[in-house]
Amino acid sequence: MSNNADNRAGLLKIGVYIVAIVFLVKLFALQITDKTYKLQARNNVVKKMTVYPSRGLILDRKGRVIVSNDAVYDIEIQYSLLKKFPLDTLLFCELLNTTPEFVSKKLDEIKRTSPNKPAPIIKMVEQSAFARFQENLFKFPAVTYTTRTVRRYPYGGAAHVLGYLAEVNKKQIDNSVGYYEMGDYVGITGLESYYEDYLRGKKGFTYQIMDVRGRIQGLYNDGSEDIRPTSGYDMVSSLDILLQTYGELLMQNKSGSVVAIEPSTGEVLAYISSPGYDPNLLAGRYRGHNYSELNKDKTKPLINRPISATYPPGSTFKIPADLVVFNNGVHSPEWSYACSGAYYGGSVRVKCHGSHFLPNVVSALKQSCNAYSCTVFRDMVMDSTLGTPEQAYTRWRNGIMAFGFGNVLGIDLSGEKKGNVPSADYYNRIYGKGRWKANTIISVAIGQGEVLSTPLQMANMIASVAEDGVYYTPRLLKYFVKDKKIFKPSTEKHNVGIPEYFFPSIKEALAETVRSGTAARLKSTDFDFAGKTGTAQNPHGKDHSMFVAYAPLVNPVIAIAVVVENSGFGATYAGPIASLMIEKYLNDTISSKRLYLEERMLKANLLWAKDSIAKTNLIQQ
Amino acid sequence: MGKGQYSQNQLDSTIVIVYLLLIAIGWSAIFATQYDGTFSLFDLSSNHGKQLLWIGVSGLIFFIILGIDRLFLMNISYLVYGLILLLLLSVFVIGAATKGNLNWIDLGFFKLQPSEFAKLATAMALARYLDTPQVRFNTWKQRAVAFALVGVPLLIVLAQGDAGSALVFFSFVMVFNREGLSNWFIYLGIYIVFISLLALSLDKFLLIGGIVVLFSIILTYIYVVLPRERTVVALIVGIMLVSIGYIIAVDTAFHSILKPHQQDRINIILGKLEDNKGVGYNLAQSKIAIGSGGPFGKGWLHGTQTRYDFVPEMSTDFIFCSIGEEWGFLGSLVLISLFVILIQRLITVAMRQRTVYARVYIYSIASIIFMHFMINIGMTIGLLPVIGIPLPFISYGGSSLLSFTIMVAIAVKLDSERLVTA
Repeated sequence: MSNNADNRAGLLKIGVYIVAIVFLVKLFALQITDKTYKLQARNNVVKKMTVYPSRGLILDRKGRVIVSNDAVYDIEIQYSLLKKFPLDTLLFCELLNTTPEFVSKKLDEIKRTSPNKPAPIIKMVEQSAFARFQENLFKFPAVTYTTRTVRRYPYGGAAHVLGYLAEVNKKQIDNSVGYYEMGDYVGITGLESYYEDYLRGKKGFTYQIMDVRGRIQGLYNDGSEDIRPTSGYDMVSSLDILLQTYGELLMQNKSGSVVAIEPSTGEVLAYISSPGYDPNLLAGRYRGHNYSELNKDKTKPLINRPISATYPPGSTFKIPADLVVFNNGVHSPEWSYACSGAYYGGSVRVKCHGSHFLPNVVSALKQSCNAYSCTVFRDMVMDSTLGTPEQAYTRWRNGIMAFGFGNVLGIDLSGEKKGNVPSADYYNRIYGKGRWKANTIISVAIGQGEVLSTPLQMANMIASVAEDGVYYTPRLLKYFVKDKKIFKPSTEKHNVGIPEYFFPSIKEALAETVRSGTAARLKSTDFDFAGKTGTAQNPHGKDHSMFVAYAPLVNPVIAIAVVVENSGFGATYAGPIASLMIEKYLNDTISSKRLYLEERMLKANLLWAKDSIAKTNLIQQ
Repeated sequence: MGKGQYSQNQLDSTIVIVYLLLIAIGWSAIFATQYDGTFSLFDLSSNHGKQLLWIGVSGLIFFIILGIDRLFLMNISYLVYGLILLLLLSVFVIGAATKGNLNWIDLGFFKLQPSEFAKLATAMALARYLDTPQVRFNTWKQRAVAFALVGVPLLIVLAQGDAGSALVFFSFVMVFNREGLSNWFIYLGIYIVFISLLALSLDKFLLIGGIVVLFSIILTYIYVVLPRERTVVALIVGIMLVSIGYIIAVDTAFHSILKPHQQDRINIILGKLEDNKGVGYNLAQSKIAIGSGGPFGKGWLHGTQTRYDFVPEMSTDFIFCSIGEEWGFLGSLVLISLFVILIQRLITVAMRQRTVYARVYIYSIASIIFMHFMINIGMTIGLLPVIGIPLPFISYGGSSLLSFTIMVAIAVKLDSERLVTA
């Protein structure tokens, strides 16, 4: 054997070493120097998946669940698998109650955005439809689903209080500093929005291992990196859902508001905006469709009237107006006045209901005498001991505003309107400084003119009267419950600045109003209540009917304001509705003697745009 | 220790031990790629179960070969070669197409891949030919016969579309070199590879222009230094013209003979194509799997990339990914070391043979194993194009395992009887 041959064999040996060394150098670079492969490998198999917390339930003050969570299903499709497993579009559409056009439109969208992973094609399919689909799921290998929750409203009421959820928009995602992601649901209005941070809980994450086809193979690292979701706070709201739904029934086919408050706490017992809608309509698969239908409705069911509609408070306003005058030492509740059928002040004439002698404020208020209220207002504004009319008026205005008028009350809902109590500056601008007097602005004395109030402010005012001059910021949240611990919000107590000794006569006047005054026909032998009618002149149509009331006369538990738009006198619709709600709240039932009243209220249809509710177009899930 | 004291049946322990270790590593890696949390050893529907069966069959065959007379082995070399050629040709008739390559015969219980056995048969036939007393491998006629012995199966395999297996036949160049073929052939081979790579990566007109300029400079230089050497000038001009012709041929072949997916694979390895989801996906996933193993790996059965099908062909051609991912750099080092030990030992063993047959045969299988080792691992770590050939003893597949087992068994058998005079 030649040495040459051995050398050549040696060459092969060296070649083997060289190849091995090149491999090891490359492997060293791949496995030790370069860290990116570790990350890429992780990204390959580990999918971070959001685990949604269950949103806090909402209960009423008696512990009835008024907002719960229901499972719904997002149907997802992986576009890249469709080539291998074509979609049986007809069956798919039939099972999921959709159209081939919709499916092909969505598929185009998915093809463009995320063809290689399951992407939602139909969101929030309800349990019943899904069950049918699930039986056939094996026929759709490219289709998967994820479970989500949707809000359910067993009582179907209080839509404006509760609000609704919708998918977050770009702005909300940006503002949330990384909390929200595309596809998350967030409270848009009502309590859902106001207490979003409490109700939503905290999202959890799970790291799942997925194989190359996107099928879940198990937990990454045995779930050691997973973060469990924290469920939201359960909310006990101040509402009494039975009172609420009863009120909604009474208000059906009427436009207006009802706000009932527990005077000793400020807790809102009922909060009705009419026309309303079933909150279930704005939850789930057909939310978008139903929203646009409701939005088109001429009766404006989406408007949150108790806080965002403002009306001249009319005669109900005489209560705080008279109290402020008495408190400023101009007249007393015992001051007597003879009404000649109208108030005459210079060129101004305010009509009254007839001529009558009024020995005190009780008879003035129970007959709702315009002249009386105008006179005492004028006497205060023009009282020189209180300074110029401007100064005196400002005192009066401050006294009125202490009742919560002209400013937001701070209820736990967003979108509250201030209403209006015109300022002296406002009149200075209109009439010139020093060039206006009480008679110039006399209509504010009877809650007309520029004075505007939300129904909530009216309810708050009557609650403060019921509590002898004290009110609490109205609240819809009673408390939160989390892990069996109770989180109570702090209560904000306000004093309206009227000494307690003025209240007995005013309260007597309100009780007399029901016994023998303007609301006498609402009188019942089963329960006592005090109230005040109001009629707000409406330049656009028939007057708005108003009623404020509280009950019982001693230690009141409910104060209520009712506004029924375009319905005439306060005692015709607003009064009966308020009295029925009080009776319902106090006695749980309506006495047989008053069933006729209830029936009349239920039957009354006062909507001016009668045919405009597109109920047939709404889709209930 | 005198020569005569060698036992007639002394097996080379290094080769046998490394062989057994590689088989064990291979099986564990195959098991890991399919592991789904359940442990069923003898499930014949699974790859690891079938491989276990083949390991058993291999062991049996190993012992049978040890019992066969070495002269008998030598004498049946041509017969085996002939039978394998027939089998290779029969694939055209009864073979089934798989992955674009027409290279196996379905026997029902077993998909026989004749190309795996063709290497073994060629090694035997070549050894047998060179062992012929009057053949010294120094005349071109004898070389032509030797080349033909290798070339015929190579061309058949190539015709079946199995470029990887065809490439492996080039390992016999090392054998020829060992047996006296000039180093110039090696240099020529390297030059051809170099020019081929340039032809594939550069624009052909630019490349031809560059070559013309380069050779002009060389010619000018030679003309200045050796003005009268006409043969040298003629040779250089000849090389230039052949090179240009070759470049055009490569370019034409690339565009008109190779299938688009093969073109893509070449383009990706040349860096001309960046496509991590398409054809380059295999390579990208392979590197991710190996790279994510880190220094010590994720542990056996804990490889995510290989287990969850991110790496294609993970139990066959890309089996090294599983080892790289689960055993890390350390495991890769061990595996590569085992291959180095095996190949080096085979070369050493080849050189101590007294018969040409044994020497050429063992050197051939060292070269074949080396070629497989180089192409397979080179492919998985992105140093070479994605060429589908198995990693000996490791990859899943009965044909491959049996073929390499027989190769090693015959080598060990021949070596054990190297001192026995015929």
